[in-house]
Amino acid sequence: MTQTQEIQTDFGTLHSVAEAWGAPSAPLVRADNLAKTFDVSAPWLNRALEGKPRQLLSAVDEVSFDIERGQTLALVGESGCGKSTVARLLVGLYEPTRGSFHFDGQNAHAVYRSGAQSRALRKRIQMIFQDPYASLNPRWIVEDIVGEPLREHALITGKKELGERVADLLHSVGLSASDMPKYPHQFSGGQRQRISIARALATAPEFLVCDEPTSALDVSVQAQVLNIMKNLQRERGLTYLFISHNLAVVRHVSDRVGVMYLGRIVELARTKQLFSMPQHPYTRMLLDAIPKMHATGHARTPVQGEVPNPLNPPRGCTFHPRCPHANERCRTEKPVLLPLRSVEVACHAVEENRI
Amino acid sequence: MLLEVQNLIVEFPGRRGSLRALDDVSFSIAPGEILGVVGESGAGKSLTGAAIIGLLEPPGRIAGGQILLEGQRIDNLPHEKMRHIRGRKIGAIFQDPLTSLNPLYSIGRQLTETILTHLPVSRNEARQRAIELLKSTGIPAAEERIDHYPHQFSGGMRQRVVIALALAAEPKLIVADEPTTALDVSIQAQIIGLLKNVCREHGAAVMLITHDMGVIAETCDRVAVMYAGRIAEIGPVNEVINRPAHPYTEGLMAAIPDITQSRDQLDQIDGAMPRLGAIPAGCAFNPRCPRVFDRCRVERPDLMPASATQAACWLHEKVAVMT
Repeated sequence: MTQTQEIQTDFGTLHSVAEAWGAPSAPLVRADNLAKTFDVSAPWLNRALEGKPRQLLSAVDEVSFDIERGQTLALVGESGCGKSTVARLLVGLYEPTRGSFHFDGQNAHAVYRSGAQSRALRKRIQMIFQDPYASLNPRWIVEDIVGEPLREHALITGKKELGERVADLLHSVGLSASDMPKYPHQFSGGQRQRISIARALATAPEFLVCDEPTSALDVSVQAQVLNIMKNLQRERGLTYLFISHNLAVVRHVSDRVGVMYLGRIVELARTKQLFSMPQHPYTRMLLDAIPKMHATGHARTPVQGEVPNPLNPPRGCTFHPRCPHANERCRTEKPVLLPLRSVEVACHAVEENRI
Repeated sequence: MLLEVQNLIVEFPGRRGSLRALDDVSFSIAPGEILGVVGESGAGKSLTGAAIIGLLEPPGRIAGGQILLEGQRIDNLPHEKMRHIRGRKIGAIFQDPLTSLNPLYSIGRQLTETILTHLPVSRNEARQRAIELLKSTGIPAAEERIDHYPHQFSGGMRQRVVIALALAAEPKLIVADEPTTALDVSIQAQIIGLLKNVCREHGAAVMLITHDMGVIAETCDRVAVMYAGRIAEIGPVNEVINRPAHPYTEGLMAAIPDITQSRDQLDQIDGAMPRLGAIPAGCAFNPRCPRVFDRCRVERPDLMPASATQAACWLHEKVAVMT
């Protein structure tokens, strides 16, 4: 907390407003039944002439979670499960179709729409993207890349102060002030991702949405970036939503984990619990599917089937065609997330104690 | 030995002299063996694969050393001859199954064409064989699916088709470059299992190039760890993973987050792999090495025996003298 206060005094009164909003006990981040539906219909003319129907794709549905201040929630799942859509919903890149996202007690999407207050909120929520080769403007030097949020939010106006602040930020991610006049192409992937982190930290945000921040990096570099992210969290009391498909990474960084399948959270549990006693059959399957390093030649339990087409998801539990425990109820009735066995899990078989 | 790579050097000529991307790489693969090649991006693992199948992108060229397949040199063959070896004797599987299939032809046409090019069979037999291959790679309803186009398959199914294509002419060696990197974990497990079984059945050796140590651990007999265009360590997969002899391998292993335990801090290797133009003198790993000493900065180590593996590291020199 002391570090957070220190940063806030750096920025003077700008953050005292933010401070006043917060009720200390409520979770910083609360997603309540978030849903996002995309219209993927054929163009209007085709629909009119060929009689093609409107087609809606439900990318995210009934997603609810809380994140306490200073904690990390990880969302894991395979491609197309909607985890990146959740990230984009939280930072305001998408409007939710249903449901709401409360940040520090205020309805974030109402604020995002409001204009004036939205800038204050956007400053507090920042995002780190997957590909540091695509997320940095190749024609800008590092000083401008990292300094832009500071200028944009009019946090610092003087050129000299700006330079000093950028140098500080670079220093905090293990780069140096001498890197300021360089272009992104002069850096390796890991260093570029650190520049992205420095940029995200520029406005002294409280909540960082990290969408696969290390997936494009090599393992030895991934370790560097993960360590930096953990240290920054400790120093500044940051709250993370960490999105990844890599369960080993998730285990390392998160306090709680939400497992997503076809747009829904199927299990939400504390990290230790999830890895020691996975409940949902999909979670068990995912954990089984990971190659184990120190068990060479060990054959994994082969997982059957593939993720179904989200345009035409199976009835009932969407996992039932791949699930070894599916019965009639699973094929017809959609399970909801229930607090069972000290985790939250959406599975009839767990509810009925069949597994 | 099925494949022998001896002192392979690959260079990219440039305005300021040529860049050496592979420097003195030697290894061999026995018939039916699965050799893993692991390393970070830019270490030269894909380039090694490309050199073996004769698909180096110009201006890259083999500047030294030789590649022997069943005792015959294949690195200096003219294009037409190499084209015949590729497919017939060496099959290739690449990372992205969408780009390695032609979107304009049905998968059946692509398979039969490959079979007809390399094997003396009739069109009908070729089609029959194509169906068999698709079946053996676990594609349901292969008789119908054979007339479908690549876009009608999912990512995992496409990679199965690519594996079938690589096996079409019964090659002795398959070079698989990151075959599961573009796939989800649950599909990855299926494909790795398939690759392993199918190659065993067909008696094909595999050179499996990947950055995923978990995949290596599970699939390979031996593994070569590459760093900055050279092999840093090579040996039986068990030994390399559990008792790494090279400090780089050791660091690499410690940097991988482990699913079975949670650590507060991951061990990290500081710095990054050097660029091709700026490879340090002596051992390329010396600026990042925790156990560096004077000799490492001036003299470049070659692979030498180290306990159960071979490592290019001066720490093991004494052992080399004794044995």
